[in-house]
Amino acid sequence: MSKKVLVLGEAREGALRNVSFEAIAAAKTVSGGGEVVGLLVGESVQSLAEELIQYGADRVVTVEHPHLKHYTSDGYGQAFMAVYEQEKPDAVVFGHTANGKDLAPKIASKLGSGLISDVTAIEGEGDESLFVRPIYSGKAFEKVKNKEGLLFFTIRPNNIAPLEKDASRTGEISSVSVDITNLRTIIKEVVRKSTEGVDLSEAKVVVAGGRGVKSADGFKPLEELANLLGGAVGASRGACDADYCDYSLQIGQTGKVVTPDLYIAAGISGAIQHMAGMSNSKVIVAINKDPEANIFKVADYGIVGDLFEVVPMMIEEIKKVQTN
Amino acid sequence: MNIYALVKRTFDTEEKIAVSNGKIVDDGAEFIINPYDEYAIEEAIQIRDEHGGEVTVITIGDEEAEKQLRTALAMGADKAVLINTEDDLDEMDEFTVAKLVAEYLKDKNADVILAGNVAIDGGSGQVGPRVAELLGINYVTTITDLKIDGTSAKIIRDVEGDSETIETSLPLLVTAQQGLNEPRYPSLPGIMKAKKKPLEELELDDLDIDEDDVEPKTETVEIFLPPAKEAGRVLEGDLADQVKELVNLLNKEAKVL
Repeated sequence: MSKKVLVLGEAREGALRNVSFEAIAAAKTVSGGGEVVGLLVGESVQSLAEELIQYGADRVVTVEHPHLKHYTSDGYGQAFMAVYEQEKPDAVVFGHTANGKDLAPKIASKLGSGLISDVTAIEGEGDESLFVRPIYSGKAFEKVKNKEGLLFFTIRPNNIAPLEKDASRTGEISSVSVDITNLRTIIKEVVRKSTEGVDLSEAKVVVAGGRGVKSADGFKPLEELANLLGGAVGASRGACDADYCDYSLQIGQTGKVVTPDLYIAAGISGAIQHMAGMSNSKVIVAINKDPEANIFKVADYGIVGDLFEVVPMMIEEIKKVQTN
Repeated sequence: MNIYALVKRTFDTEEKIAVSNGKIVDDGAEFIINPYDEYAIEEAIQIRDEHGGEVTVITIGDEEAEKQLRTALAMGADKAVLINTEDDLDEMDEFTVAKLVAEYLKDKNADVILAGNVAIDGGSGQVGPRVAELLGINYVTTITDLKIDGTSAKIIRDVEGDSETIETSLPLLVTAQQGLNEPRYPSLPGIMKAKKKPLEELELDDLDIDEDDVEPKTETVEIFLPPAKEAGRVLEGDLADQVKELVNLLNKEAKVL
């Protein structure tokens, strides 16, 4: 049976996030040839609709309202439900982002449906789809199927490949007017702390520091390397506990689980809890003074040495490669 | 103030995971309170100490989970509730768990409900928001600060590293992010006292729930381990040459630059 799939796109600072395109690709897989409908919610999102179509959505529905400027579960929930009632989809896909994680369980609960969270791969297609998701922070994986009712899942950023962008694709863009009322939570202020706007969970490159970084200042070379590679900075629990950095940077079984193309671990020994958060990265580089450090067991490439010597040298070498 | 904390018993983070016959092997494993739930319990205790009232910790599981509840009582919670599903339910998913919790809480007039933002085993982070929706109350996830004043609450929420300042009102459910507080260790007198604190055990019948009402919507069909990562190459030679070689390998072999 072909399915109609509704995909909630997500914008950050006026641009669609990659995970939205990945979600469209996931929706195509489960649709079994059915229709993929993109949904954009915000204060002003109309201009982003076309790009969602270029990445594979058949058409896009937008909900715009001044109260949707910031994400709130009430506001976005009301917008989503209005479109859900209109479209009556067979399946729904969100990104497993901070806001996607916040909203999806509320909607699933409201609809009395299941929800398969944090999917990293889909096996099979259409009705036969099985959803692969990490458990124990990636120490193991499970394959889950939907037993009955609405199929609802969220996808982890950076794992499912988006479709190729096709600038010639066109589709209908329509808007639904929703009176957003009774917001029970009000966002007073948003403070941006992320480096250079690259989100850790979506970054293609992560440069992470551990106790070996020794101080908050010690993160500076790592930041420079991350910026050079268009990546984000992460940390081990040791570095966070020692107050070298904010807990929001922590990677591991408590903290974030990341799967970038390139993970550079500097001054990280490789406790099992940290490895759970990064060992599924595609390529891992370890830099550590201790040749016996556990991190070398999962590293594709290792350098035994002082990160304060190695990282600046790497920066210089990479600059040379980039200018060639 | 009527305060509840939702607690899950999980594998210790030190544990390696093994799979046998399609199931996670738990023989001999150490179990702990899910680390994010410890923040929830600590915050619940601090709210009670500041505003008065009572902290009740709730978990779902079998009798083994009593140990984690006693730990929460030793930290300072006042009462514990175990919803024992061992005899009634073979399979549960987040739909099931949220429904059981909400069914228990629906007539309790909770002012604040706290939970971890995610459990380190299942890792879906669904139960908190699902319970709030079933109870029809406000919720905020991944919080790093909570100030309650009368019936209003001021919250800082971690949003992928950014932080939002949020105002909302009670009754309220929040889920804890790392950094919310420093969970205390149970003290020896705390452990002694915990033995005498009330621990109520309920089954589905006591909650007036039929098994069919909580039938899971999703099913795990397979559990597997990721392919073991093989140790790669530790480079050798002069440090400057190693770095050159590394950047060359990343560029040409791994193609990630």
